[in-house]
Amino acid sequence: MPYFEHDADIGVVGRGATLEQAFVAGAEAVFSLITRIEDVRLRESVEVQFEEADPELAFVTWINQLLGHAHENGLVLGKFELEREGDHWRGRARGEPWRDEMERGVGVKGATLTMLSVAQTDGGWEARCVVDV
Amino acid sequence: MDLTRISALDPWSWTVPRAAGESRHDVKLYGSHELLETMDDKVLEQITNVARLPGLVGAAMTMPDAHWGYGFPIGGVAAFDAERGGIVSAGGVGFDISCGIRCLRTDLTLPDIMPRLKPLADNLYRDIPAGVGVGGHIRLDVPELDRVLAGGAAWAVEQGYGEAEDLEFVEEKGRARGAVPANVSALAKKRQLGEMGTLGSGNHYLEVQWVERILDAEAARAFGLFEGQILISIHCGSRGLGHQIGTEYLVSLAKAAGRLGITLPDRELACAPINSAEGQDYLGAMNAATNCALANRQILAQLTRRVFAHHFPKHRLETLFDVSHNTCKAEWHVVEGKRRLLHVHRKGATRAFGPGHPDLPERYREAGQPVIIGGSMGTGSYILAGTAESEVRAFSSASHGAGRSMSRHAALKRWQGRALLKDLETRGVLVRTRSMRGAAEEAPGAYKDVERVAEATERAGLARRVAVLRPKVCVKG
Repeated sequence: MPYFEHDADIGVVGRGATLEQAFVAGAEAVFSLITRIEDVRLRESVEVQFEEADPELAFVTWINQLLGHAHENGLVLGKFELEREGDHWRGRARGEPWRDEMERGVGVKGATLTMLSVAQTDGGWEARCVVDV
Repeated sequence: MDLTRISALDPWSWTVPRAAGESRHDVKLYGSHELLETMDDKVLEQITNVARLPGLVGAAMTMPDAHWGYGFPIGGVAAFDAERGGIVSAGGVGFDISCGIRCLRTDLTLPDIMPRLKPLADNLYRDIPAGVGVGGHIRLDVPELDRVLAGGAAWAVEQGYGEAEDLEFVEEKGRARGAVPANVSALAKKRQLGEMGTLGSGNHYLEVQWVERILDAEAARAFGLFEGQILISIHCGSRGLGHQIGTEYLVSLAKAAGRLGITLPDRELACAPINSAEGQDYLGAMNAATNCALANRQILAQLTRRVFAHHFPKHRLETLFDVSHNTCKAEWHVVEGKRRLLHVHRKGATRAFGPGHPDLPERYREAGQPVIIGGSMGTGSYILAGTAESEVRAFSSASHGAGRSMSRHAALKRWQGRALLKDLETRGVLVRTRSMRGAAEEAPGAYKDVERVAEATERAGLARRVAVLRPKVCVKG
């Protein structure tokens, strides 16, 4: 399960062979709290770009920008891509506007710095933090 | 919580002794032995870290409903003096800036509404936008939203959402001073354009409640409460705008702290001196978000009135009080005999001014401020009144809710949404929600016993109990 325990909120974990893949897995974990991402049709996309040297703050910024742009456009997102060149991060996410028949989970307010870590593991990279719901 | 690490000051308040050579302010934990025993050790760790922040005045405190938060514990109270290097912390306010409760009072009784309970629940569910991905009926442009951010609940009243007398019973008369809409990012504003008048999700709710018992007849009279009476509580906050401000400033203040030479015991305590440009920027944005929350609850109150007017046209819904519980407010307090302007952070804690406070509406000035401890959808809530003692003990602060005792993940393992709703219905509580997952996560059993929290709040001298409320209808976000 890509989650860990927190009293009031929820901890999310993303793991991948590369740092970028771990961040993508983290985004999947976050949006899976909102709906069943397998059911999301990939009809619209949002672009995310930011500068951040600190990988931990980059993870929080990545998640928060996705949440912000999804919310701004009334979308639920299901598929994510991320590239990094030095401190420059460029990502894309695809999804669709909410449909009545979609499963509604919980709204995620944002990623926090609580239990935030981005670290190399035996199998690659792991990014984690608590999200406020 | 490991109780060997704390010492009792009295049966309802506790402290954490300093280790040899440890430099920090005092820590005070309010609550019973039983409540503290069930709290996570992280609460202790987090509030001890708060006690190390610069410019803290008095003790860093937790209320009886405290639980593990981010940076600050939820249920945390800390006051800072700008003139002594005091800080403002985004984590000390939270993402849902000015989340709070609007309580409406009716002259209806339980027997009045019982024959129409189901259609009332269905109509509230239809007309109160609630849940993840559910937008509101109002669409603003950015210039109009800027007027919301400057005007608060007063803006909503000007637009026809409510009555001018509502504002008398909203903190700061419905409009937070010091709001700077220009400090709110374009993305935060865009997120809010279609969100005014929405409840949100998570622990947000609209409840139709009845007064089961009056515990303080005098205060109840002042608050206009009587046994059997129907009340409505609306719990929500500043929605997407507040969340965006919270996330943006959490990162920017974390960076600013290092730049400004503040050594943080934990990065999640991201903060800046109140008198720094960064601190002032945050306060301007935070006050704008407070106005957004106040306007949001004002709109929801009016939407609720319209539903009630359809079913009960001869009855009025008046605002009992509107109190926020994720705030940092500049307030005057007497410390060691001197009056000082302090920035009081209340993260999941409510303001609780005692009798005679000049900021209270005249109607409540003798009784003290109405304080609302929101319960979980199956149990109950309390109305309390602020006390003079609370000023001395906790800068006039009290508990805000039952407080979680179990993680959402654990609650999901234990309860199933549909079965839970059916069980609540057999117990006389109609719940309406779009999210079965959300219902399970918010199961009443995942919260502390609200009776114990209210009792501890009174025994600790933070507020005195006035009335016990029980739910009949809950529209859950």
